[in-house]
Amino acid sequence: MRTITPLVFALLLTACSQHPQPSLYQQLGGEPGIAAITDGLLQKIEQDQRIVHHFADTDIARFRRLLAEQLCNISGGPCEYTGGTMQESHTGFNITLAHYDALVENLIDVMQQQQISISAQNQLLALLAPMYKDITYR
Amino acid sequence: MITRFTLALCCLLASASSVAGSKIVATGGASSIEGSAGGGIVPWAVINGYGSSDEWSATAFTSRVGVDDFTLNVFGASVSYDNKWEWSVARQTFKLDSIGGELRQDVFGVKYHIAGELLYTAWPQISVGLQYKKHRDFGLPQAVGARDDSGVDVYFSASKVLFDQVAGRNLLLNGTVRATKANQTGLLGFGSASDNNYQFVFEGSAAVLLNYNVALGIEFKQKPDQLNFATEQHWRDLFVAWFINKHVSVVGGYVDLGSIAGFDQQQGYYISVEGAW
Ligand code: HEM
Repeated sequence: MRTITPLVFALLLTACSQHPQPSLYQQLGGEPGIAAITDGLLQKIEQDQRIVHHFADTDIARFRRLLAEQLCNISGGPCEYTGGTMQESHTGFNITLAHYDALVENLIDVMQQQQISISAQNQLLALLAPMYKDITYR
Repeated sequence: MITRFTLALCCLLASASSVAGSKIVATGGASSIEGSAGGGIVPWAVINGYGSSDEWSATAFTSRVGVDDFTLNVFGASVSYDNKWEWSVARQTFKLDSIGGELRQDVFGVKYHIAGELLYTAWPQISVGLQYKKHRDFGLPQAVGARDDSGVDVYFSASKVLFDQVAGRNLLLNGTVRATKANQTGLLGFGSASDNNYQFVFEGSAAVLLNYNVALGIEFKQKPDQLNFATEQHWRDLFVAWFINKHVSVVGGYVDLGSIAGFDQQQGYYISVEGAW
Protein backbone atom coordinates (compact mmCIF):
# COMPACT_ATOMS: atom_id res chain seq x y z
CA MET A 1 0.00 0.00 0.00
CA ARG A 2 2.75 2.39 1.01
CA THR A 3 4.47 2.06 -2.34
CA ILE A 4 1.23 2.31 -4.26
CA THR A 5 0.08 5.64 -2.81
CA PRO A 6 2.86 7.75 -4.35
CA LEU A 7 2.30 5.91 -7.62
CA VAL A 8 -1.37 6.83 -7.61
CA PHE A 9 -0.41 10.44 -6.85
CA ALA A 10 2.05 10.47 -9.70
CA LEU A 11 -0.58 9.09 -12.06
CA LEU A 12 -3.14 11.65 -10.90
CA LEU A 13 -0.65 14.45 -11.40
CA THR A 14 0.24 13.40 -14.94
CA ALA A 15 -3.46 12.95 -15.71
CA CYS A 16 -4.09 16.52 -14.54
CA SER A 17 -1.21 18.00 -16.46
CA GLN A 18 -2.38 16.23 -19.60
CA HIS A 19 -5.79 17.89 -19.38
CA PRO A 20 -6.10 19.70 -22.72
CA GLN A 21 -5.21 23.35 -21.99
CA PRO A 22 -7.14 25.83 -24.14
CA SER A 23 -4.66 27.34 -26.59
CA LEU A 24 -3.67 30.97 -26.14
CA TYR A 25 -5.68 31.68 -29.30
CA GLN A 26 -8.80 30.36 -27.53
CA GLN A 27 -7.97 32.24 -24.33
CA LEU A 28 -7.77 35.47 -26.34
CA GLY A 29 -11.29 34.81 -27.63
CA GLY A 30 -10.51 33.19 -30.99
CA GLU A 31 -11.08 35.13 -34.19
CA PRO A 32 -13.55 37.70 -32.79
CA GLY A 33 -11.36 38.20 -29.71
CA ILE A 34 -8.29 38.94 -31.80
CA ALA A 35 -10.29 41.19 -34.16
CA ALA A 36 -11.41 43.16 -31.09
CA ILE A 37 -7.84 43.42 -29.75
CA THR A 38 -6.57 44.60 -33.14
CA ASP A 39 -9.31 47.20 -33.53
CA GLY A 40 -8.90 48.36 -29.94
CA LEU A 41 -5.17 48.74 -30.45
CA LEU A 42 -5.64 50.70 -33.69
CA GLN A 43 -7.97 53.10 -31.89
CA LYS A 44 -5.44 53.57 -29.11
CA ILE A 45 -2.60 54.21 -31.58
CA GLU A 46 -4.74 56.78 -33.40
CA GLN A 47 -5.08 58.75 -30.15
CA ASP A 48 -1.51 58.33 -28.98
CA GLN A 49 0.61 61.39 -29.88
CA ARG A 50 3.76 59.50 -28.90
CA ILE A 51 3.53 57.03 -31.79
CA VAL A 52 0.74 57.94 -34.23
CA HIS A 53 3.16 59.83 -36.51
CA HIS A 54 4.85 56.54 -37.48
CA PHE A 55 1.64 55.44 -39.17
CA ALA A 56 1.15 58.57 -41.28
CA ASP A 57 1.79 56.75 -44.57
CA THR A 58 0.57 53.30 -43.54
CA ASP A 59 -2.17 51.42 -45.40
CA ILE A 60 -4.26 50.89 -42.27
CA ALA A 61 -6.53 48.19 -43.73
CA ARG A 62 -3.51 46.12 -44.67
CA PHE A 63 -1.79 46.75 -41.31
CA ARG A 64 -4.97 45.71 -39.48
CA ARG A 65 -5.27 42.48 -41.48
CA LEU A 66 -1.59 41.57 -41.03
CA LEU A 67 -1.52 42.35 -37.30
CA ALA A 68 -4.61 40.16 -36.76
CA GLU A 69 -3.04 37.38 -38.83
CA GLN A 70 0.14 37.59 -36.83
CA LEU A 71 -1.57 37.59 -33.41
CA CYS A 72 -3.66 34.61 -34.55
CA ASN A 73 -0.60 32.79 -35.87
CA ILE A 74 1.70 33.25 -32.86
CA SER A 75 -1.06 32.38 -30.38
CA GLY A 76 -1.59 29.00 -32.05
CA GLY A 77 -4.64 29.90 -34.14
CA PRO A 78 -5.44 28.57 -37.63
CA CYS A 79 -3.90 31.46 -39.58
CA GLU A 80 -0.93 31.99 -41.80
CA TYR A 81 0.96 35.26 -41.46
CA THR A 82 1.45 36.73 -44.93
CA GLY A 83 3.26 39.99 -44.08
CA GLY A 84 6.91 40.93 -43.99
CA THR A 85 9.35 40.04 -41.23
CA MET A 86 9.30 42.29 -38.19
CA GLN A 87 12.75 43.56 -39.07
CA GLU A 88 11.82 44.46 -42.67
CA SER A 89 8.49 46.02 -41.76
CA HIS A 90 9.90 48.34 -39.10
CA THR A 91 13.12 49.45 -40.77
CA GLY A 92 13.38 53.17 -41.48
CA PHE A 93 11.00 54.19 -38.67
CA ASN A 94 13.62 54.44 -35.90
CA ILE A 95 11.17 53.06 -33.36
CA THR A 96 12.55 53.75 -29.86
CA LEU A 97 12.17 52.06 -26.49
CA ALA A 98 9.63 54.74 -25.54
CA HIS A 99 7.59 53.95 -28.68
CA TYR A 100 7.72 50.24 -27.91
CA ASP A 101 6.66 50.87 -24.31
CA ALA A 102 3.81 53.04 -25.59
CA LEU A 103 2.53 50.31 -27.91
CA VAL A 104 2.78 47.64 -25.21
CA GLU A 105 0.97 49.92 -22.76
CA ASN A 106 -1.83 50.44 -25.29
CA LEU A 107 -2.06 46.70 -25.89
CA ILE A 108 -2.28 46.04 -22.15
CA ASP A 109 -5.05 48.65 -21.79
CA VAL A 110 -7.01 46.99 -24.58
CA MET A 111 -6.59 43.49 -23.15
CA GLN A 112 -7.66 44.77 -19.72
CA GLN A 113 -10.76 46.37 -21.25
CA GLN A 114 -11.59 43.07 -22.97
CA GLN A 115 -11.19 41.27 -19.64
CA ILE A 116 -8.62 38.83 -20.94
CA SER A 117 -7.15 36.82 -18.09
CA ILE A 118 -3.82 37.98 -16.64
CA SER A 119 -2.32 34.63 -17.56
CA ALA A 120 -3.33 34.93 -21.24
CA GLN A 121 -2.10 38.55 -21.33
CA ASN A 122 1.26 37.46 -19.97
CA GLN A 123 1.50 34.57 -22.44
CA LEU A 124 0.94 37.01 -25.31
CA LEU A 125 3.43 39.53 -23.88
CA ALA A 126 5.97 36.72 -23.58
CA LEU A 127 5.61 36.15 -27.34
CA LEU A 128 5.76 39.84 -28.29
CA ALA A 129 8.54 41.04 -25.96
CA PRO A 130 11.39 39.28 -27.82
CA MET A 131 10.41 41.08 -31.06
CA TYR A 132 11.89 44.22 -29.50
CA LYS A 133 15.34 43.61 -30.96
CA ASP A 134 13.94 43.24 -34.52
CA ILE A 135 11.59 46.24 -34.32
CA THR A 136 13.46 49.02 -32.50
CA TYR A 137 16.26 51.37 -33.60
CA ARG A 138 16.14 50.43 -37.30
CA MET B 1 7.88 67.18 6.69
CA ILE B 2 5.76 64.04 6.59
CA THR B 3 2.47 65.97 6.48
CA ARG B 4 3.69 68.26 3.74
CA PHE B 5 4.77 65.19 1.82
CA THR B 6 1.40 63.51 2.28
CA LEU B 7 -0.28 66.66 1.06
CA ALA B 8 1.87 66.70 -2.04
CA LEU B 9 1.00 63.07 -2.68
CA CYS B 10 -2.72 63.77 -2.36
CA CYS B 11 -2.39 66.49 -4.99
CA LEU B 12 -0.63 63.96 -7.18
CA LEU B 13 -3.36 61.40 -6.73
CA ALA B 14 -5.93 64.01 -7.67
CA SER B 15 -4.02 64.83 -10.85
CA ALA B 16 -3.23 61.26 -11.80
CA SER B 17 -3.94 61.99 -15.44
CA SER B 18 -1.06 64.46 -15.72
CA VAL B 19 1.94 63.46 -17.82
CA ALA B 20 4.00 60.48 -16.81
CA GLY B 21 6.73 58.72 -18.72
CA SER B 22 6.11 55.88 -21.14
CA LYS B 23 7.48 52.96 -19.12
CA ILE B 24 4.98 50.28 -18.11
CA VAL B 25 3.54 50.71 -14.61
CA ALA B 26 5.68 49.12 -11.83
CA THR B 27 8.79 48.85 -14.05
CA GLY B 28 10.42 51.80 -12.28
CA GLY B 29 10.45 49.78 -9.07
CA ALA B 30 10.12 51.46 -5.69
CA SER B 31 12.66 53.64 -3.84
CA SER B 32 15.00 51.68 -1.60
CA ILE B 33 16.11 53.15 1.75
CA GLU B 34 19.29 54.38 0.06
CA GLY B 35 17.28 56.32 -2.53
CA SER B 36 18.18 54.12 -5.51
CA ALA B 37 15.36 52.42 -7.41
CA GLY B 38 14.83 48.95 -6.02
CA GLY B 39 12.78 47.13 -3.51
CA GLY B 40 12.96 48.19 0.13
CA ILE B 41 16.54 47.37 1.12
CA VAL B 42 18.04 46.12 -2.15
CA PRO B 43 18.83 48.22 -5.25
CA TRP B 44 17.62 46.88 -8.59
CA ALA B 45 18.94 47.46 -12.10
CA VAL B 46 15.79 49.42 -12.98
CA ILE B 47 15.88 53.21 -13.27
CA ASN B 48 13.60 55.17 -10.93
CA GLY B 49 10.35 56.59 -12.27
CA TYR B 50 8.68 56.16 -15.64
CA GLY B 51 10.97 57.99 -18.05
CA SER B 52 11.57 55.76 -21.09
CA SER B 53 14.10 56.56 -23.85
CA ASP B 54 14.70 60.33 -24.22
CA GLU B 55 12.31 61.08 -21.33
CA TRP B 56 12.94 62.68 -17.93
CA SER B 57 11.41 61.55 -14.69
CA ALA B 58 11.53 62.55 -11.02
CA THR B 59 10.52 60.80 -7.82
CA ALA B 60 10.23 61.69 -4.15
CA PHE B 61 9.73 59.23 -1.36
CA THR B 62 9.58 58.69 2.36
CA SER B 63 10.12 55.39 4.18
CA ARG B 64 10.11 54.11 7.71
CA VAL B 65 11.53 50.94 9.20
CA GLY B 66 10.43 50.21 12.76
CA VAL B 67 12.09 47.35 14.64
CA ASP B 68 12.23 46.48 18.35
CA ASP B 69 14.89 48.96 19.48
CA PHE B 70 15.37 51.27 16.49
CA THR B 71 13.45 53.34 13.95
CA LEU B 72 14.83 54.41 10.60
CA ASN B 73 13.20 57.37 8.85
CA VAL B 74 14.20 58.18 5.31
CA PHE B 75 13.20 60.78 2.79
CA GLY B 76 14.70 61.42 -0.57
CA ALA B 77 14.30 62.13 -4.25
CA SER B 78 15.67 61.17 -7.61
CA VAL B 79 15.86 62.43 -11.16
CA SER B 80 16.35 60.15 -14.12
CA TYR B 81 16.84 60.52 -17.85
CA ASP B 82 16.58 58.26 -20.89
CA ASN B 83 15.88 55.18 -18.74
CA LYS B 84 19.66 55.16 -18.47
CA TRP B 85 20.76 57.62 -15.77
CA GLU B 86 19.46 57.93 -12.24
CA TRP B 87 20.66 60.50 -9.70
CA SER B 88 19.35 60.21 -6.15
CA VAL B 89 19.66 61.67 -2.67
CA ALA B 90 18.40 60.30 0.61
CA ARG B 91 18.59 61.48 4.22
CA GLN B 92 18.43 58.67 6.76
CA THR B 93 17.68 59.30 10.44
CA PHE B 94 18.27 56.28 12.59
CA LYS B 95 16.61 56.68 15.98
CA LEU B 96 18.12 54.72 18.84
CA ASP B 97 14.83 54.21 20.64
CA SER B 98 16.22 52.15 23.54
CA ILE B 99 19.61 53.85 23.97
CA GLY B 100 18.47 57.37 23.15
CA GLY B 101 19.78 59.67 20.46
CA GLU B 102 19.88 59.46 16.69
CA LEU B 103 22.33 58.96 13.83
CA ARG B 104 21.92 60.70 10.49
CA GLN B 105 23.42 59.73 7.17
CA ASP B 106 23.12 61.19 3.67
CA VAL B 107 23.36 59.03 0.57
CA PHE B 108 24.09 60.46 -2.88
CA GLY B 109 23.61 57.90 -5.63
CA VAL B 110 24.13 57.60 -9.34
CA LYS B 111 23.12 54.61 -11.41
CA TYR B 112 23.80 53.87 -15.08
CA HIS B 113 21.83 51.30 -17.07
CA ILE B 114 24.48 49.51 -19.14
CA ALA B 115 22.63 46.86 -21.13
CA GLY B 116 19.50 44.77 -21.54
CA GLU B 117 15.85 45.75 -21.12
CA LEU B 118 13.91 44.54 -18.09
CA LEU B 119 10.95 43.36 -20.21
CA TYR B 120 12.19 42.96 -23.75
CA THR B 121 15.58 41.26 -23.97
CA ALA B 122 16.61 37.71 -23.15
CA TRP B 123 19.47 39.17 -21.12
CA PRO B 124 18.52 40.89 -17.89
CA GLN B 125 18.75 44.64 -17.53
CA ILE B 126 22.17 45.40 -16.09
CA SER B 127 23.17 48.55 -14.24
CA VAL B 128 26.12 49.83 -12.29
CA GLY B 129 25.72 52.21 -9.37
CA LEU B 130 27.73 54.33 -6.95
CA GLN B 131 26.53 55.51 -3.57
CA TYR B 132 28.50 58.15 -1.71
CA LYS B 133 27.48 57.96 1.94
CA LYS B 134 28.27 60.66 4.45
CA HIS B 135 27.61 60.24 8.15
CA ARG B 136 26.36 63.35 9.98
CA ASP B 137 26.73 62.18 13.61
CA PHE B 138 30.01 60.29 13.59
CA GLY B 139 30.78 60.46 17.33
CA LEU B 140 29.06 57.22 18.25
CA PRO B 141 30.22 55.16 15.24
CA GLN B 142 33.76 56.35 15.94
CA ALA B 143 33.46 55.40 19.61
CA VAL B 144 32.49 51.83 18.65
CA GLY B 145 35.43 51.45 16.27
CA ALA B 146 34.46 52.81 12.84
CA ARG B 147 37.35 54.28 10.87
CA ASP B 148 35.68 56.79 8.50
CA ASP B 149 32.59 58.98 8.45
CA SER B 150 32.09 58.50 4.71
CA GLY B 151 32.39 55.79 2.12
CA VAL B 152 31.56 54.87 -1.45
CA ASP B 153 29.63 51.71 -2.31
CA VAL B 154 29.87 50.31 -5.85
CA TYR B 155 27.32 47.80 -7.10
CA PHE B 156 26.30 45.86 -10.17
CA SER B 157 22.66 44.83 -10.49
CA ALA B 158 20.82 42.56 -12.88
CA SER B 159 17.01 42.57 -13.08
CA LYS B 160 14.64 40.61 -15.29
CA VAL B 161 10.91 40.14 -15.62
CA LEU B 162 10.04 36.61 -16.71
CA PHE B 163 6.55 36.37 -18.16
CA ASP B 164 3.93 33.78 -17.26
CA GLN B 165 5.92 31.92 -14.57
CA VAL B 166 3.88 31.35 -11.41
CA ALA B 167 0.21 30.52 -12.00
CA GLY B 168 0.41 32.63 -15.17
CA ARG B 169 1.92 35.57 -13.27
CA ASN B 170 5.15 37.38 -14.11
CA LEU B 171 8.21 36.98 -11.95
CA LEU B 172 10.76 39.71 -11.24
CA LEU B 173 14.25 38.56 -10.29
CA ASN B 174 17.11 40.76 -9.08
CA GLY B 175 20.68 40.12 -8.12
CA THR B 176 23.12 42.75 -6.87
CA VAL B 177 26.80 42.47 -6.01
CA ARG B 178 28.11 45.32 -3.91
CA ALA B 179 31.56 46.38 -2.80
CA THR B 180 31.28 48.26 0.49
CA LYS B 181 33.13 49.31 3.60
CA ALA B 182 29.94 50.30 5.39
CA ASN B 183 29.00 49.02 8.84
CA GLN B 184 25.22 48.57 9.08
CA THR B 185 24.95 50.19 5.60
CA GLY B 186 26.94 53.18 6.91
CA LEU B 187 24.77 54.00 9.91
CA LEU B 188 27.72 52.80 12.03
CA GLY B 189 30.34 54.39 9.80
CA PHE B 190 32.84 52.84 7.42
CA GLY B 191 35.69 50.41 7.91
CA SER B 192 37.19 49.47 11.25
CA ALA B 193 40.46 50.09 13.05
CA SER B 194 41.83 46.74 11.88
CA ASP B 195 40.30 46.49 8.39
CA ASN B 196 39.83 49.14 5.73
CA ASN B 197 39.25 46.78 2.79
CA TYR B 198 36.20 46.60 0.59
CA GLN B 199 33.89 43.68 1.34
CA PHE B 200 31.89 42.00 -1.42
CA VAL B 201 28.28 41.22 -0.57
CA PHE B 202 25.34 39.75 -2.45
CA GLU B 203 21.82 41.13 -2.38
CA GLY B 204 18.85 39.51 -4.04
CA SER B 205 15.13 39.78 -4.39
CA ALA B 206 12.28 38.05 -6.12
CA ALA B 207 8.72 39.22 -6.60
CA VAL B 208 5.59 37.82 -8.17
CA LEU B 209 3.46 40.38 -10.01
CA LEU B 210 -0.09 39.39 -9.11
CA ASN B 211 -1.27 41.87 -11.74
CA TYR B 212 0.15 45.04 -13.31
CA ASN B 213 -0.13 46.96 -10.05
CA VAL B 214 0.58 44.59 -7.17
CA ALA B 215 3.77 42.66 -6.41
CA LEU B 216 4.54 40.25 -3.58
CA GLY B 217 8.22 39.78 -2.87
CA ILE B 218 11.13 38.81 -0.70
CA GLU B 219 14.55 40.39 -0.27
CA PHE B 220 17.85 39.33 1.16
CA LYS B 221 20.81 41.59 1.87
CA GLN B 222 24.13 40.11 2.86
CA LYS B 223 26.16 42.37 5.16
CA PRO B 224 29.76 42.50 6.29
CA ASP B 225 30.59 42.11 9.97
CA GLN B 226 33.60 44.33 10.60
CA LEU B 227 33.14 46.00 13.97
CA ASN B 228 34.32 44.11 17.06
CA PHE B 229 31.92 45.68 19.54
CA ALA B 230 28.85 43.85 18.22
CA THR B 231 27.93 41.40 15.47
CA GLU B 232 26.19 42.53 12.31
CA GLN B 233 23.82 40.17 10.50
CA HIS B 234 22.18 39.83 7.10
CA TRP B 235 18.88 41.60 6.48
CA ARG B 236 15.73 40.12 4.96
CA ASP B 237 12.18 41.17 4.31
CA LEU B 238 8.83 40.23 2.82
CA PHE B 239 6.93 42.98 1.02
CA VAL B 240 3.76 43.90 -0.81
CA ALA B 241 4.09 46.72 -3.33
CA TRP B 242 1.06 48.50 -4.71
CA PHE B 243 1.74 50.66 -7.77
CA ILE B 244 -1.54 52.56 -7.64
CA ASN B 245 -0.72 54.32 -10.91
CA LYS B 246 2.37 55.85 -12.51
CA HIS B 247 2.35 58.61 -9.88
CA VAL B 248 1.92 56.89 -6.55
CA SER B 249 3.13 53.63 -5.09
CA VAL B 250 3.07 52.23 -1.58
CA VAL B 251 5.17 49.40 -0.19
CA GLY B 252 4.59 47.64 3.12
CA GLY B 253 6.60 44.82 4.56
CA TYR B 254 7.94 42.77 7.40
CA VAL B 255 11.69 43.10 8.05
CA ASP B 256 14.24 41.09 9.99
CA LEU B 257 17.42 43.10 10.53
CA GLY B 258 19.07 40.56 12.83
CA SER B 259 21.38 41.92 15.49
CA ILE B 260 22.17 45.66 15.57
CA ALA B 261 24.68 47.18 18.00
CA GLY B 262 24.19 44.35 20.46
CA PHE B 263 20.40 44.33 20.28
CA ASP B 264 19.39 40.94 18.89
CA GLN B 265 16.44 39.92 16.74
CA GLN B 266 15.47 43.30 15.41
CA GLN B 267 12.22 42.65 13.58
CA GLY B 268 9.37 44.88 12.58
CA TYR B 269 7.63 46.72 9.77
CA TYR B 270 8.61 48.57 6.64
CA ILE B 271 6.46 51.20 4.97
CA SER B 272 7.29 53.43 2.02
CA VAL B 273 5.41 55.87 -0.18
CA GLU B 274 6.73 57.18 -3.48
CA GLY B 275 5.48 59.90 -5.80
CA ALA B 276 6.64 59.97 -9.42
CA TRP B 277 6.36 62.57 -12.15
C1 HEM C 1 4.71 44.45 -30.22
C2 HEM C 1 5.40 44.39 -31.28
C3 HEM C 1 4.90 44.67 -32.70
C4 HEM C 1 4.30 43.81 -33.54
C5 HEM C 1 3.92 42.38 -33.28
C6 HEM C 1 4.09 44.53 -34.80
C7 HEM C 1 3.49 43.98 -35.93
C8 HEM C 1 3.41 44.59 -37.16
C9 HEM C 1 2.93 43.98 -38.34
C10 HEM C 1 2.39 42.57 -38.48
C11 HEM C 1 3.04 44.89 -39.35
C12 HEM C 1 2.69 44.69 -40.82
C13 HEM C 1 3.88 44.16 -41.55
C14 HEM C 1 3.80 44.37 -43.03
O1 HEM C 1 3.40 45.46 -43.45
O2 HEM C 1 4.16 43.44 -43.77
C15 HEM C 1 3.58 46.08 -38.76
C16 HEM C 1 3.81 47.26 -39.44
C17 HEM C 1 4.08 48.45 -38.81
N1 HEM C 1 4.43 48.64 -37.50
FE1 HEM C 1 4.54 47.21 -36.12
N2 HEM C 1 4.55 45.81 -34.66
C18 HEM C 1 5.04 45.93 -33.39
C19 HEM C 1 5.58 47.08 -32.84
C20 HEM C 1 5.53 48.32 -33.43
C21 HEM C 1 5.87 49.56 -32.79
C22 HEM C 1 6.34 49.70 -31.33
C23 HEM C 1 5.66 50.54 -33.70
C24 HEM C 1 5.84 52.02 -33.52
C25 HEM C 1 5.36 52.67 -32.55
C26 HEM C 1 5.24 49.91 -34.94
C27 HEM C 1 4.97 50.58 -36.09
C28 HEM C 1 4.62 49.96 -37.28
C29 HEM C 1 4.39 50.69 -38.51
C30 HEM C 1 4.49 52.20 -38.70
C31 HEM C 1 4.05 49.73 -39.46
C32 HEM C 1 3.64 49.98 -40.91
C33 HEM C 1 4.81 49.99 -41.80
C34 HEM C 1 4.39 50.40 -43.18
O3 HEM C 1 3.53 51.28 -43.30
O4 HEM C 1 4.95 49.85 -44.11
N3 HEM C 1 5.17 48.57 -34.72
N4 HEM C 1 3.81 45.88 -37.42
